[in-house]
Amino acid sequence: MRINLRVNGEQSAVDDVWEGESLLHVLRERMALPGSKNACEQGECGSCSVYLDGALVCACLVLAAQAEGREVVTVEGLATDHDDLHPVQQAFLEAGAVQCGFCTPGLIVATHELLSRRPDPSESEVREALAGNLCRCTGYEKILDAVALAGRRMAAGGAG
Amino acid sequence: MSAPTKTIEVTRVRGGVGENAARPDGIPKVTGEFAYSSDLWAEGMLWGATVRSPHPRARIVSIDIAKALALPGVWAVLTHDDVPGNKTYGLEIPDQPVLAWDQTRYQGEPVVLIAADHPETATRAADLVDIFYEELDPITDPEVAMDPGTDVLHPEAKNPHNLIRHVRIRSGDPDASADVVVSGEYTIGMQDQAFLGPESGLAVPDGEGGVDLYVATQWLHVDLDQLAGALGLTEDRVRITLAGVGGAFGAREDLSMQIHCCMLALHTNRPVKMMYSREESFFGHVHRHPARMYYEHGATRDGDLVYVKARIILDGGAYASSSTAVISNATCFAVGPYEVPNATLDGYVVYTDNPPCGAMRGFGSVQACFGHESQMDKLADALGMDPLELRIRNAMTTGSKLPTGQIVQGPAPVKELLESVRDMPHPDPTPSGPLDLTLLPGGVSNTTHGEGVRRGVGYGVGFKNIAYSEGFDDYSTARVKLWSAGGEPIVEVHTAAAEVGQGVTTIQMQIARTELGVEQVVVLPADTQVRSAGSTSASRQTWMTGGAVRKACEAIRVRVLTDALVGLDGDPGDLSLEGGKVISSSLGVVADLADAIGDAAYEETYEYHHKKTFPLDPETGQGDAHVAFAFSAHRATCDVDTELGLVKVVELATAQDVGKAINPQAVEGQIEGGTAQGLGLAVMEEIQVKDGKVMNPSFTDYLIPTILDMPPMQIDVMELGDPDSEYGVKGVGEPPTISSTPAILAALRNASEKPLTHIPVRPDHFLWSGERPGELGP
Repeated sequence: MRINLRVNGEQSAVDDVWEGESLLHVLRERMALPGSKNACEQGECGSCSVYLDGALVCACLVLAAQAEGREVVTVEGLATDHDDLHPVQQAFLEAGAVQCGFCTPGLIVATHELLSRRPDPSESEVREALAGNLCRCTGYEKILDAVALAGRRMAAGGAG
Repeated sequence: MSAPTKTIEVTRVRGGVGENAARPDGIPKVTGEFAYSSDLWAEGMLWGATVRSPHPRARIVSIDIAKALALPGVWAVLTHDDVPGNKTYGLEIPDQPVLAWDQTRYQGEPVVLIAADHPETATRAADLVDIFYEELDPITDPEVAMDPGTDVLHPEAKNPHNLIRHVRIRSGDPDASADVVVSGEYTIGMQDQAFLGPESGLAVPDGEGGVDLYVATQWLHVDLDQLAGALGLTEDRVRITLAGVGGAFGAREDLSMQIHCCMLALHTNRPVKMMYSREESFFGHVHRHPARMYYEHGATRDGDLVYVKARIILDGGAYASSSTAVISNATCFAVGPYEVPNATLDGYVVYTDNPPCGAMRGFGSVQACFGHESQMDKLADALGMDPLELRIRNAMTTGSKLPTGQIVQGPAPVKELLESVRDMPHPDPTPSGPLDLTLLPGGVSNTTHGEGVRRGVGYGVGFKNIAYSEGFDDYSTARVKLWSAGGEPIVEVHTAAAEVGQGVTTIQMQIARTELGVEQVVVLPADTQVRSAGSTSASRQTWMTGGAVRKACEAIRVRVLTDALVGLDGDPGDLSLEGGKVISSSLGVVADLADAIGDAAYEETYEYHHKKTFPLDPETGQGDAHVAFAFSAHRATCDVDTELGLVKVVELATAQDVGKAINPQAVEGQIEGGTAQGLGLAVMEEIQVKDGKVMNPSFTDYLIPTILDMPPMQIDVMELGDPDSEYGVKGVGEPPTISSTPAILAALRNASEKPLTHIPVRPDHFLWSGERPGELGP
């Protein structure tokens, strides 16, 4: 079947999609957007976090067909200018929150979502908001640092 | 070249040794462009799938692939008959079938391979493969497996009675007696490495019978050796390139899909991608060995250790993997970082029909440390002594002798580490401000507002070996090239060191920058076109590959400086490279490095070997088996809801000697991440195996710590410098996983006054009062 959807601001039509394919599979295997990751494919790890019509979802739990006519934003679409990093991406780099990096895209999208609705979250709120994103490398300390750094920068710069 | 005519300002290059240099893979990882092994794609590629045995132990009566092969979209269905070369492989002992033929020995053992044009087609074809099994009773208890009457799972094995290896260590007087004696029995569940990036890779046939494999692994050359053997190809016809690795932690030391994917690609003459699901991943790699440990400690009334007796049994599962080395560590380090004059230690690792076990961060030391630290607390209790004081009193130091007879030569700051964590400020006893459920046991389940909650504090200290042991020469090779382009010097570093997220690529860049004074350093992708770097294991890559890069850079520097000296008075020792300049200690800047290089290209390859080690004597376990040792200590503060058995780890404080922090931020990252895995083993992570079957192969049922579970940390990084390594580095990655777990258990016991002899601790364990695991007691 054919799926029409808008991904990272661009309208696309994807052909030959099997009915059982997830949005994650279509993004990764048919649209050359492998940034959304496939660590568990059952909604436990958050590595495939994307925006679907502005709401944070696990792309592995969304059928591709459910995305028909809708708007998807992935980690590849967060930076406004392709050459620049979004402040959340920059903060993850500087804080040392990236090791193997497999959880990173999902955590960046989830952090982006948190800071867009709650610009100055408490540490408890950050932990609560990111509890659905598993990381096996960092022990989360540097991720907390990154979220705090991104929050400060975005508040100062008005970016988002 | 002419003498200098002007003074040029020299700035040290940025991003050298000791700085928080940016990782070169950082930007692609935050933008989503980094190519992990599961992100690969090739024109016309097929999808591979594996048909696995549902039974822990069975005889294979027949395999019928006809229906699967007839399914439209299926390109290949392969069995053991199609394995072109060696039918078995393995890290230490080649006992594991590429594809099972006459029997299967664990649930999930690969039997048939499929290649199809869509992953769903491959899955459906897998369901159409008709395998007739005759089920057998699985052997699941390692102590029963050692009974002479039990069936032997590997009749070809060197040892009888399903024994993979027995390590026997005897030191001092075996009949020594002591004033105070404590004994205990401890058990450890099966932990999963739970890396996030599933096993995956892409095999591309070269059209001439050879193959290129892009895969996530920890040691390219040990893969190559096994892969070429199984494919029946010479090693030059199999090329392996490291794809992006989504974590490893030991689980990528053994092969998973490498041979299978290449078999399918060579058979179909099409690129083939394989990518395990999370469920398949639980069956696709080895796990941490479950352990049963019997300990007896004897001490004087003053608290001096007199003897330790230990009997450690590890469940190796169906195949040997790295079991022989894991049991060596568990036994060598069974008494912990203490001076013990008399030791009687026996370690056994055994074949069963449980999932195969092998390497995981901490590698045998994790199991032993839970045993000896539990015993030290128990002994302190029996002596009426402070547990920290007992540890400090018996602490190993430089010059101490291990039960193997080996003298510890590098820094061994056991006392200093313990004092450091002791002296760090304690967390607030009761958090101020409004009630925050996330800080309480049970969290937002809202099971308590503080009633029934008790706080405990506990300590743990541990150590392990750096690099491979017992005579193994795990060298590392680095090729470094220096040239100049557009007036700028450029360094290229090529090694086969597997970057698994820990940052060895950054380390190589930092070392090259510092040694050659050049900022622009490119590290080529790791592949088998350069000689081995050894494994990304055993906390060894910074020491070994870092050492190789430094030595290769030094060789280049000598050549460059010798050439630069032409026309100048002085000797090469007078010159150095810094900030892209050639500098003389007497004349100042004598040249731009780029000018000194000119059109030349300097290239050097260095093979770095650690000092020689020796086997353990089979009867006494004596021998200088290890290269060096790394130490860490933890203090844990935990709250326990004593009514519900729910726990909250409130804070973790740690001190570790890293020798030298090449990248301090990465060092902290290793310590924090390693500690989190220790927390997981302490309170939540266990693969539940029942009658040989895995009950929880998913992240729904196998829980790893989330950001809510991991508490704030305090870290003291000591840099005492090892005399045998370059820059004084030690390994960093493993110690935090070793000492964190027992510290948490000590804190939970301190809070609950329960024995807690099994990890991970479950709520019902807080009901146990008896000495043996599971006993309810009085």
